[in-house]
Amino acid sequence: MAELLYVDAISQAMWEEMERDPSVFILGEDVAHEFGGAFKITKGFSKKFGDDRVINTPISESAIVGSSVGAALEGLRPIAEMQFSSFISCGFDQLVNVAGKAYYRWGGKVPMVVRAPYGGGIHSGPFHSSCEEAYFVHTPGLKVVAPSTAYDAKGLLIASIRDNNPVIYFEHKYLYRRIRDEVPEGPYVVPLGKADIKRPGDDVLVITYGAMVHVALESAAKLEEEGISVEVLDLRSLCPLDTEMILEETSKIGKVIVLHEANRSCGVGAEVSSIISEEAFRYLEAPIVRLTAPDTPVPFSTPLENYYLPDEPRVSQAIRDLFDY
Amino acid sequence: MAAKEKITGINDVDIPADKLRQMYYDMLMIRRLEEKSAQMYQQGKISGFCHLYVGQEAVAVGAVAALSDDDYVMTSYRDHGLALARGMTPNVLMAELYGKATGCSKGKGGSMHLFDVEKNFIGGYGIVGGHLPLAIGYGFASKYRKDNRVTACFFGDGSVAQGAFHESLNMAALWELPVVFICENNMYGMGTHVKRALAHDNIYDQAQAYDMPGYQLIGNNIFDVYLKVKQAGDLARKTGTPTLIEARTYRFRGHSMSDPATYRTKEEVDEQKGKDCLTVLKDALIKEKICKEDEFKEMDSEIKKIVADSVEFSEKSPEPPLDALYEDVFV
Ligand SMILES: Cc1ncc(C[n+]2csc(CCOP(=O)(O)OP(=O)(O)O)c2C)c(N)n1
Ligand SMILES: [Mg+2]
Repeated sequence: MAELLYVDAISQAMWEEMERDPSVFILGEDVAHEFGGAFKITKGFSKKFGDDRVINTPISESAIVGSSVGAALEGLRPIAEMQFSSFISCGFDQLVNVAGKAYYRWGGKVPMVVRAPYGGGIHSGPFHSSCEEAYFVHTPGLKVVAPSTAYDAKGLLIASIRDNNPVIYFEHKYLYRRIRDEVPEGPYVVPLGKADIKRPGDDVLVITYGAMVHVALESAAKLEEEGISVEVLDLRSLCPLDTEMILEETSKIGKVIVLHEANRSCGVGAEVSSIISEEAFRYLEAPIVRLTAPDTPVPFSTPLENYYLPDEPRVSQAIRDLFDY
Repeated sequence: MAAKEKITGINDVDIPADKLRQMYYDMLMIRRLEEKSAQMYQQGKISGFCHLYVGQEAVAVGAVAALSDDDYVMTSYRDHGLALARGMTPNVLMAELYGKATGCSKGKGGSMHLFDVEKNFIGGYGIVGGHLPLAIGYGFASKYRKDNRVTACFFGDGSVAQGAFHESLNMAALWELPVVFICENNMYGMGTHVKRALAHDNIYDQAQAYDMPGYQLIGNNIFDVYLKVKQAGDLARKTGTPTLIEARTYRFRGHSMSDPATYRTKEEVDEQKGKDCLTVLKDALIKEKICKEDEFKEMDSEIKKIVADSVEFSEKSPEPPLDALYEDVFV
């Protein structure tokens, strides 16, 4: 099996789905032709699939999302690229009110994907680094996924394209060219709503997703030398959440940290923590710990941004403290 | 109104000689500072995004010269030029590109989010079209307080496709707000030519839909910029009528430091470089005997020294303290 970069796994998923299903098409700003998207993910797609299926748009996020919703209601399967996830704010109404409520209101199916490159760590400052997933997890009718590995990136994107609901696919910019793992050739599906144990352990459970999976794995490797066994549970899907696996692993391990890069208040971590308190309180051996970015914008300065993002030393320390509780 | 047949020249504007000299100085300052930013970026001293204003200098400098110090100006993320034109010091600007505590936003904003509130430079904004509605708020406040100020809102051709552009023009006209909309049409939004982004690419014609005056001007001709922005500013001040100005211009570099701009031909770029706004003004200053060749050399070495000092200042400046992360979220 070939090793692929996270970014190439995303490309491959779209490529193979477009080969398989003529109703799949791509639209977004500068996605076509030699530009191939700001992150070059759709480079070469125009040549293969033509201008009818790889479509450059003006800078009009509301219309990019809205036209995708309309086309999806008509049975096409658009993949809309937001150049950066932050710009999704300009298409918010179309997603939240139009896409998210169509099926509930009148049975309209919206099989579309919005690709949202998100997250910090690349010095891009307050308007290009944020994590928007919680807005959409909060919204009924929208599915939300956030892969951490190349394998999951491909399988989840294919599952998202094939799903009959609007899916927001949060792909982490920091991981694009830093993460590489084995990816099978040909289409396969990582089902939406299924979490994955990225590393099994007994003492402390870290529930996380996206780039923070790798921070948690770093901590886990380090703490093994200190005799602490850490399990890393990668949510992969944020909506639907794999409540079953969250509760099962909590009941086995009893000490839980929820970790994410997004701001703290009302984040996915708050939701996971509530579910555990409601359903698995009796298994808890210590209060649940939330490790997140603070409730501030993402600063530009490198030292400040590094301080903003949860990192291995601080995650490791939190795990030690919880272990000792 | 389309670009006039006659080209606006130095004698069509009423600008004293020392101000003209200063305008050239300001343009050259932008050029040299941008070149230095590019160099520092390539050396890894500056990170993140960096969108240079090289080629477009006459728009910022000409417009600012036609406005008063009390007027508000705001622009997109391609903001170094306007910030300097408005009087932000090179030190404070460069330090922000470096992300240092001495930068205009204490290192929290970076290249795309410069601010100098004292100079009424109210920002660079990273969301395309996102600051146009803000201009309406500033215009509204001026009208409300009857303080005779004008808001000049700069933006790229890419913004014209955003709903926010149309909402803002409509509201400015409807409420009779003193706002001058200045679209810097440099013909591209990233890799997309304006003809592939806009159904109608004479942007100033959009003014008709909102019953306001619209002009196209030649952005490398600082006299033309000055004249039209002055007209629009005066009109806004006197009558509360907004204007849409389309400045035809060109960026000599890629969209940002990471863009090799392969979507443009060398011939196209060379042709534009041949019409450099700095040369246009310089030639006029020489022809009118306002400056001699030596003076330009002196200016250049003075500016290069100031720019070099800004780098030194930035390198010596401290990083922001970590606690600054939590500061300034709320008043
Ligand atoms: C809402 C939004 N969508 C997309 C982007 C990404 N983006 C940044 S600059 C740019 C091109 C803008 O072109 P234009 O308005 O012509 O300004 P120029 O860069 O030419 O000065 C794009 C698409 C953004 N910053 N904001
Ligand atoms: Mg442009």
